[in-house]
Amino acid sequence: MSNTTTAPADEQRGKAPAGERVADWADGRLGIYSLAKANLRKVFPDHWSFMLGEICLYSFIIIILTGVYLTLFFHPSMNEVEYHGVYAPMQGVLMSEAYASTLDISFEVRGGLLIRQIHHWAALIFLAGMFVHMMRVFFTGAFRKPREINWLFGFLLFVLGMFTGFTGYSLPDDLLSGTGVRFTQGAILSVPIVGTYISMFLFGGEFPGTDFVARFYSIHILLLPGIMLGLVVAHLILVFYHKHTQFPGPGRTEKNVVGMPLMPVYMAKAGGFFFLVFGVIAAVAAIATINPIWTIGPYRPDMVGTGAQPDWYMGFAEGLVRVMPGWEINLWGHTLVLGVFIPLVVFGLVLGAMAVYPFIESWITGDKREHHLLDRPRNAPTRTALGVAWITMYMITLVGGGNDLWATHFHLSINAITWFVRIGFFAGPVIAFIVTKRICLGLQRRDAEKVLHGRESGIIKRLPHGEFIEVHEPLSQEQLHTLTQHEQYKPVEIGPTVDENGVERKVKGGEKLRAKLSQAYFGEGTQIPKPTAEEYKEIQEGHGHH
Amino acid sequence: MSSQENSEENLPTKQDSAHGAVAVADNPFADPGLPPHEARQQDLDDRTAKRSERTVALLFTVSMLATIGFIACFVIFPIEKIVYIWPIGKVSALNFSLGLTLAVALFCIGAGAVHWARTLMSDVEIADDRHPISAEPEVKAKVLNDFKQGAEDSVLGRRKLIRNTMFGALAMVPLSGIVLLRDLGPLPEDKLRHTLWGKGKALVNMNTGEPLRPEDIAVGSLTFAKPEGLEEHDHGFMNEIAKAALMIVRLQPEDIKDKRELDWSHEGIVAFSKICTHVGCPISLYEQQTHHALCPCHQSTFDLSDGARVIFGPAGHALPQLHIGVNDEGYLEALGDFDEPVGPAFWERG
Ligand code: HEM
Ligand code: FES
Repeated sequence: MSNTTTAPADEQRGKAPAGERVADWADGRLGIYSLAKANLRKVFPDHWSFMLGEICLYSFIIIILTGVYLTLFFHPSMNEVEYHGVYAPMQGVLMSEAYASTLDISFEVRGGLLIRQIHHWAALIFLAGMFVHMMRVFFTGAFRKPREINWLFGFLLFVLGMFTGFTGYSLPDDLLSGTGVRFTQGAILSVPIVGTYISMFLFGGEFPGTDFVARFYSIHILLLPGIMLGLVVAHLILVFYHKHTQFPGPGRTEKNVVGMPLMPVYMAKAGGFFFLVFGVIAAVAAIATINPIWTIGPYRPDMVGTGAQPDWYMGFAEGLVRVMPGWEINLWGHTLVLGVFIPLVVFGLVLGAMAVYPFIESWITGDKREHHLLDRPRNAPTRTALGVAWITMYMITLVGGGNDLWATHFHLSINAITWFVRIGFFAGPVIAFIVTKRICLGLQRRDAEKVLHGRESGIIKRLPHGEFIEVHEPLSQEQLHTLTQHEQYKPVEIGPTVDENGVERKVKGGEKLRAKLSQAYFGEGTQIPKPTAEEYKEIQEGHGHH
Repeated sequence: MSSQENSEENLPTKQDSAHGAVAVADNPFADPGLPPHEARQQDLDDRTAKRSERTVALLFTVSMLATIGFIACFVIFPIEKIVYIWPIGKVSALNFSLGLTLAVALFCIGAGAVHWARTLMSDVEIADDRHPISAEPEVKAKVLNDFKQGAEDSVLGRRKLIRNTMFGALAMVPLSGIVLLRDLGPLPEDKLRHTLWGKGKALVNMNTGEPLRPEDIAVGSLTFAKPEGLEEHDHGFMNEIAKAALMIVRLQPEDIKDKRELDWSHEGIVAFSKICTHVGCPISLYEQQTHHALCPCHQSTFDLSDGARVIFGPAGHALPQLHIGVNDEGYLEALGDFDEPVGPAFWERG
């Protein structure tokens, strides 16, 4: 194209194919060639766990598509109406317009029910996907520099997703979701000093009032999705900009990225995957009914169904509230509703712990380098154990959120489950931490063993003196490399406390804490030293491989 | 890498073979580099490749047929038609058929694309270089310099008066936005302390809408009541019933352990707020042997024979009791409002 500048443009244009001419036109306005230069054949590493993030993205897109459809029929109003639609069992029942229009979507709009179901199923999968995706990033250490900010974006998406889901399933104003809203209002009331004010302002007066559906509606379809869309875009731009992490292996280093090019392989796979996810969700929505609001009935603050359960991602908050003892302190004419407020605070703290983890870990390691090669979870035992401890706490509380279901299905007493959850909340993570760390060390030991003595081949050999031994095959250099490439940190020491002039230096508390934590992370008994080349050679030369 | 300069002693040296440095000749663990590409059957044999092509085309064709099926189902099935599908049970024919045809149409596009990518597109792995995210020192120096120049040009540093007033103005202007939120709702005042109950208000059966007589309250059953004059169609019914909902049980007067409860009862009939003191669910279950009322939300359990105190669960205090009696016509009536706020506790409750 170097002669285009001199040759008359018209002459060229006549010959170029239509596609190129369109691209030229766009390039002249948007500079698309420069943009595509670095990106069209951008390399993406392949691993099944990298698809988790894609599931989140695709379900988010599906949610937006189906959500926009729902807005065409849904009436976000709490005006009371008498139902006279086609669903016979509800004839003449008083209900809000929101509930009535959800019935209409389900029974009078052809395909409306399907879209409602897809919207709800996609929401559940969206949040589950984010949860698992977050775990993948955590356990492989993909949150390390330079990706800490992207970790925060992802974390925010998860939290906002929870609230978007909650405001969404509150919209139909049915008995189940109304009960959840009441729960939320009760929890808000427990906040010291400002609780009653927040509640009055959120509900436009006393509960339930006539405003919350309309307010939740604008939060649900505009405010939160808008923020989330921005975050998703930022998240993806950063993924592109940082380039994807990769698992260690032959030819994969901190300075390269190995995989398939965006065009065509990744485009086809990722694009195809969108349709796979959409297809599966559509099938699930066709087969499994979710949130059949017509069997639940419209909301009335003086009525309730049994077995009231929120969507799964709220089960964690639900569990905390259920197992907390009902502490209430009355002092100087005020009430501190600890029984509800503490769970509220713990909810924030447990989630917040996830958000700040990357910063804590990098402070402890003092590592300021970029990391693009992923850790195998076993090679970071303390981190892995902390992650499993966190999940254990989350899951035990989730169990608590369904304590009545467990009790009725397994004929247990609620009291027993409550105590199980209370004790488990504290003991479970500790046990999980210890067990996980042991497993990691065991796996490290096995790796070291494999490196030094080879892989068990399953072939039994009989020695001349009659003993049977199993033949060990030496590993290939690829395997040797993969199993030994990881780094092992040494714990940080507190520097000399006396400087060169013999003047004593004060050791700051932070420094001491950091040394302690570092010791806990990387000190004695926290990792199996990886085999050295010398050890390997000695064994290979010494007794050969038996 | 500039960002690697400040690594500290405790960090492993990154110069081992794993991290991109040249392999030491006799290091058995050195990185052997990318393994050679292994050809697939499709790369070697044109017949296999042809078969893959046909599979992909078939998947895309099935998708087209499924979309036609979707449209056909939309037209054919009336929305109210219910069919029995094993093993799911009774389902809406329209919902089920639309869902499945849509699912097939979408899934086959995906499956076709992925199969195409896996079998026919080149699967040679390629490597791209990474570049450090942090800027080179010269770039950084230039930016800092530009910034300094810009800051100097703005004279903000010297003209303190401008700076301070500007910050002041910027800090204050969002206040308008906050003030505007004031009318989101009224102030709490004592709204949470009062309900519709008051002296002389008859207890009306929630189901029948008839005023209740003591004879209507049977032993062992839970009766729900609302204050007379509150009707479902009323504006504000929801807000009022959310506080005024009442449950009534009949106990044997000698079973009542709490002195005040006995005083506020009528012939063993006691009336308590139906709204759970935990986070406000309505209580709906009653066990007559034990006199326990249970909230289905988080299983708080209240002993109705003992001042409705909490005997299990996360609720923090007893259910408020309504003082009742009988009026001249023999109907149950309230002798006042609740003497404490109903429902969940809050800071001003005291
Ligand atoms: C971003 C994450 C989102 C999540 C997690 C989410 C989740 C939900 C859920 C669980 C429901 C209840 C559905 C039911 O069972 O009835 C719902 C309802 C609804 N959503 Fe969303 N949603 C999201 C975004 C959106 C967007 C972007 C829109 C529109 C632009 C939207 C529009 C609606 C409407 C109109 C309803 C009420 C209709 C109905 O319930 O049938 N949603 N949402
Ligand atoms: S609302 Fe009754 S136990 Fe929670």
